Amino acid sequence: MPSIQAEVTNVATNRPQAVKSSLWRQSIRKLLKNKLAVGGFAVVVFMFLLCFVGPLFSPYTDNKVNMTMMNKAPNIHHWLGTDKLGRDVLTRVMQAGRISLTVGIASMVLSVFIGTLLGAIAGYYRGIVDQVIMRIADLLLTIPSLPLLFIFGALLSEWKVPTDYRMYIVMLILSLVGWPSLARMVRGQLLSLREREFMQATIVLGLRDRRKLVNHLLPNLVPLLIVIATLNIGGAILSESVLSFFGLGVMPPTPTWGNMIDAANNMIDFQERPWLWVPPGFSIFATVIAINIFGDGLRDVLDPKQKR
Amino acid sequence: MSTHSLLHIQHLSTYFDTDEGTVKAVDDISLHVRPGEIVCIVGESGCGKSITALSVMGLIEAPTGRIADGIIDFDGQNLLSLSKNHLRSIRGNDIAMIFQEPMSSLNPVITIGEQMSEPLIIHKKMNKKQAQKRVLELITQVGISRPEQIAKSYPHELSGGMLQRIMIAIAISCDPKLLIADEPTTALDVTIQAQILDMLREFRSQSDMSILLITHDLGVVAEMADYVVVMYSGKIVEEGEVVELFANPRHPYTQGLLRSKPIINQRQKELYSIPGYVPNPLELQESCYFHERCEHCMDICRTQEPPLRDVENGQKTACWLYEKEAAVHV
Amino acid sequence: MSEALLDIQNLKKYFPIKAGLLSRTVGQVKAVDDISITIQPGETFGLVGESGSGKSTVGRTAIRLTDKTAGEVRFKGTDIYSLPPEQLRQLRPKMQLIFQDPYSSLNPRVRIGEAIGEAVLDHGLAPASDIRDIVKEVLASCGLSSYHIDRFPHEFSGGQRQRIGIARALVLNPELIIADEPVSALDVSIQAQIINLFSHLQESKGLTYLFISHDLSVVEHLCSRIGVMYLGSMVETASRDELFRHPLHPYTKALLSAVPIPIPKLKRERIVLKGDIPSPANPPSGCKFHTRCPFAEQRCVEEVPVFRNMGGEHWVACHLV
Repeated sequence: MPSIQAEVTNVATNRPQAVKSSLWRQSIRKLLKNKLAVGGFAVVVFMFLLCFVGPLFSPYTDNKVNMTMMNKAPNIHHWLGTDKLGRDVLTRVMQAGRISLTVGIASMVLSVFIGTLLGAIAGYYRGIVDQVIMRIADLLLTIPSLPLLFIFGALLSEWKVPTDYRMYIVMLILSLVGWPSLARMVRGQLLSLREREFMQATIVLGLRDRRKLVNHLLPNLVPLLIVIATLNIGGAILSESVLSFFGLGVMPPTPTWGNMIDAANNMIDFQERPWLWVPPGFSIFATVIAINIFGDGLRDVLDPKQKR
Repeated sequence: MSTHSLLHIQHLSTYFDTDEGTVKAVDDISLHVRPGEIVCIVGESGCGKSITALSVMGLIEAPTGRIADGIIDFDGQNLLSLSKNHLRSIRGNDIAMIFQEPMSSLNPVITIGEQMSEPLIIHKKMNKKQAQKRVLELITQVGISRPEQIAKSYPHELSGGMLQRIMIAIAISCDPKLLIADEPTTALDVTIQAQILDMLREFRSQSDMSILLITHDLGVVAEMADYVVVMYSGKIVEEGEVVELFANPRHPYTQGLLRSKPIINQRQKELYSIPGYVPNPLELQESCYFHERCEHCMDICRTQEPPLRDVENGQKTACWLYEKEAAVHV
Repeated sequence: MSEALLDIQNLKKYFPIKAGLLSRTVGQVKAVDDISITIQPGETFGLVGESGSGKSTVGRTAIRLTDKTAGEVRFKGTDIYSLPPEQLRQLRPKMQLIFQDPYSSLNPRVRIGEAIGEAVLDHGLAPASDIRDIVKEVLASCGLSSYHIDRFPHEFSGGQRQRIGIARALVLNPELIIADEPVSALDVSIQAQIINLFSHLQESKGLTYLFISHDLSVVEHLCSRIGVMYLGSMVETASRDELFRHPLHPYTKALLSAVPIPIPKLKRERIVLKGDIPSPANPPSGCKFHTRCPFAEQRCVEEVPVFRNMGGEHWVACHLV
C-alpha cells in the first residue's frame, strides 16, 4: 500500500522540535537500509583502495622482466603467481585497476558532461536545435558500438598513436559512444519536468529564466544523472576491457584488466595457468557487478519516477 | 429487513509495517452488514475505511500489510481462515468490489466484452455464447445504449462514467450477496454521480444485495445509507442508523464533519472548521485520537481511549463526554 | 462602473488534435469557445462546470499560462497578450494562480522558505535581508508556523501544502487570484479551513478571486457572481442568490439537483441527466446541451442559442427561457 506510506510521511512532522532534514540526508538513510547496495558500495570502495593504495605496498612495482620467475603458480612471494615475463600478477592487477577505473570514471564524466549539456539544450530550447541534436544522437545510436570501437581501435594502431596517449583516446571514444542515450534521457526528463505543475508555477510567479533553470530544473535532474553516471562507469569499464582484450585499446606493457585477460587467448595458459586470467577477470566481474548493484540501489532511492 | 448479518467483522485489526514503525491502519473495529442493507463507512483519507474494505476482500498484501487480529464472518464462514482458492471463489462470486478509478481495474488491451465475460465463464460456468449474450444484457442493465458497440471497445475509448458502469456490470454479473464500493463516484462529475447512485440503489432494491459503501462525502452517505459508521484514525468513533446519526451526531468529530460541509441553499457567513490536522498514525498514544482537535477535550481524553458504547436508539459512540464514569473524573 | 480588474472578451482556446506519423492536425478540441467574463475589483467570480467544460483552461488563458486562440484578455486595461515577455513577467505578481493539486505544484526539492521567497527576490519587491521575515509573516497569515520555513514540501499534509501554495501567491501582493479547484483534493474538515482562509484573506487584503470549481456548494459559499460552463461555452451567469434561487438553464438546474445534500431521506425534485458529457472535439450542433437536455426541442438541435440578459444581469443561453 504505497498510499499508506505516503500518508505516514506526509503528516509526519507537526512538531517544532523536528530537526532540519534534507532530502539528501533522507535518501542516504534509505540507501543505508538497502543491504545489497551498501555491499556493492563496499566492494567498489575496496577495489579502489586495492588499486590506488595497494601498489604502494608491493615490492614489484617496477615491472621488471624476470626470466627466472616466468609463469610461476601462486606462492608465498607472489600471491597470485607471475606472468610469462616473470612479473607479479597481483601488482599488475592492481596497476591495471588504476587504469581501468580511471578510464571508466573519466569517460563517464565526459559522456555525462556531453550528454547532459546536449540533452539539456535540446530539451530546453526545443525546435530546430532539438531536432539537430537528437537526429545526431539517433544516428550514433544506430551504429552498433562494438564494431565502431573496433574501427577506432584499428585506426589507432594504424596511425601509430603512442601507447601513453591511447588511454586518453580510448576514454574519448568511449564517451563519444556513451553520450547519445544519456542525452536522450536527460532531454526526456527535462521535457516531462517542463510540464510538471511546479514548473508552471514558476511561470505564474514570473521567475527569471536563470532561477527556473538553476533552482528548479537542475536539482530535479541531478538524481537521474547520479544514477546514470554510476551505471555508466560499469559499462565503460567493460567496454575498455573488451577493446584492450582485442588489443585495440590500451596496449601492453601498460596493464589493464582487459589486456591481461588476453592471456586466456592461449590454450595452454587458459587450461594450465588460471592465475594469469582469473584475477583480472574476477576484478572486472566484481567491480562491474558491485557498481551496477549500487547503481540500482541509488535508483530506488533517488529516481523520482519510482517514488510515484 | 432480517436481523442476522451477512457480513460480520469482529475486532478487525490491519497493520502496516513501514520503515518508520507499525501503522495501525485499522484498529479493532467491528461492524455488521445485514442482507439488503447499505452500510456506509465515512471518514477522511487515512482513516482506514478503504483498508477495511481491502481486508474483507483479502487484498491486504504482505510483507508490508497484515491482518493482525479479528474475524471476518461472511455468511457463516470466517474469510480469514479460508484457503486462497476458496477465498477466490467467494470473491467475485458472492462478494464483488468496485473501486474509485475504474480505469486502473480494467486491462487496457482487452475489450470490454471479453473482460466482462471472463468471470461469467469462470464463476457461472457459462460457455462463450451464453456469456456473450449475458454481457450484452448486463451492459443494457447499467443504462448504456448500443451494447454491441461498447462490448467491442477498449477501456480507453470510454469515459470515466461509462467505465464505472461497466465495473458495476461486472460486479453484479455474478449476483453477489455483497457489493463493496470504495469511493465509486469520487472521480466522477455530479451529474454522473447521481446516475450511478440511482443505479446502485435500484440494484439493491431488485436483488436484495447488500452494499458496503466507502466514501468521504456526507452527501452521498445521506442519500444512500441505512446505517453509517464514522471512522477516524483507524477507529470507529460513531455509528448509528442514518437519520438518527445525521439528526443527533454525538461524537465531536461527527458533529464537526457535518458542520464543516457547505450545503447548497444554506449559506452561512463563516464555515465551521475542525482545527488542526489528522494525527500522525505513528505517534498515537493511549488517548482519544481526536483530542488534539476537539473543543470539548477533557483530561481523561488525553490519557485513555474511550470505548465504543451504546448511547441511544442503537447509536454508538466512542467519546468520554457520554461516559458516566468519566463525568466523575472531571 | 469602475474599470474592470479582469476583462475577458470572446476568448477562444482550441487544442489541435494531431494524428499520424507527421502529426498533422486532424481536428480541434474547442476547450474554450467564445467566453466573456468581466470581473470587478474585490468581487469573487465563481466558474463552475463538469470535467471537460473548459473552466480550467479559461483560468490558464486568463493569465497567459497557455496561449489563446482568439479573443482578448485585459488586466486593469492592459492587453496581456500584447505585452513583450519581460513586461509580462513583471506584471505576473499581480495575477496569481493557485493550483488544484498541492502535491505536484510544489517543487519537491525546494524548501518552503525559498519557494515562497524566491519570487519576491526575482521581482525585487524586498531586499534579500528581509526575505525571511516577510516569508514568516505570510506563513503566519496562512495559518502556518515560522518553524516550517526550512522544511521540504513532502513533510506537509495536503491541507498544509495548499496553505503554502496560497502563501506563495500572497507574498507577491497580488490583486487577482485565480484559484483552480483549490479545495477539491482536500478532506472535508480541511476544505472548510481553506475556504475560510480564502474569505479571511479577501477581507483583509481586498483580493479579487476567479474561483474555479466543480463543487456548487463551495462556490455558493465563496462567490458573489457565478458563471456556469458547459463544453467550452457559458450557459448561464448570474449573481449568487439569483442563480441558486432562480436557475434558468436546464443544465444549471440539473447540476443543482444532482449535488448530494447531507440530509437523509430528503425528498426533492431531481433532474437526472441522460448520458455523458459529449467530447469537446466533436460537440453537438445547435445548443451543445441538447443531447442531454430533458426539455430539448427541434430548435435546440439546429440553432445556437444566444447568450442574453434576462434582466438584473442574469444571462442565459437557452431557447426555452
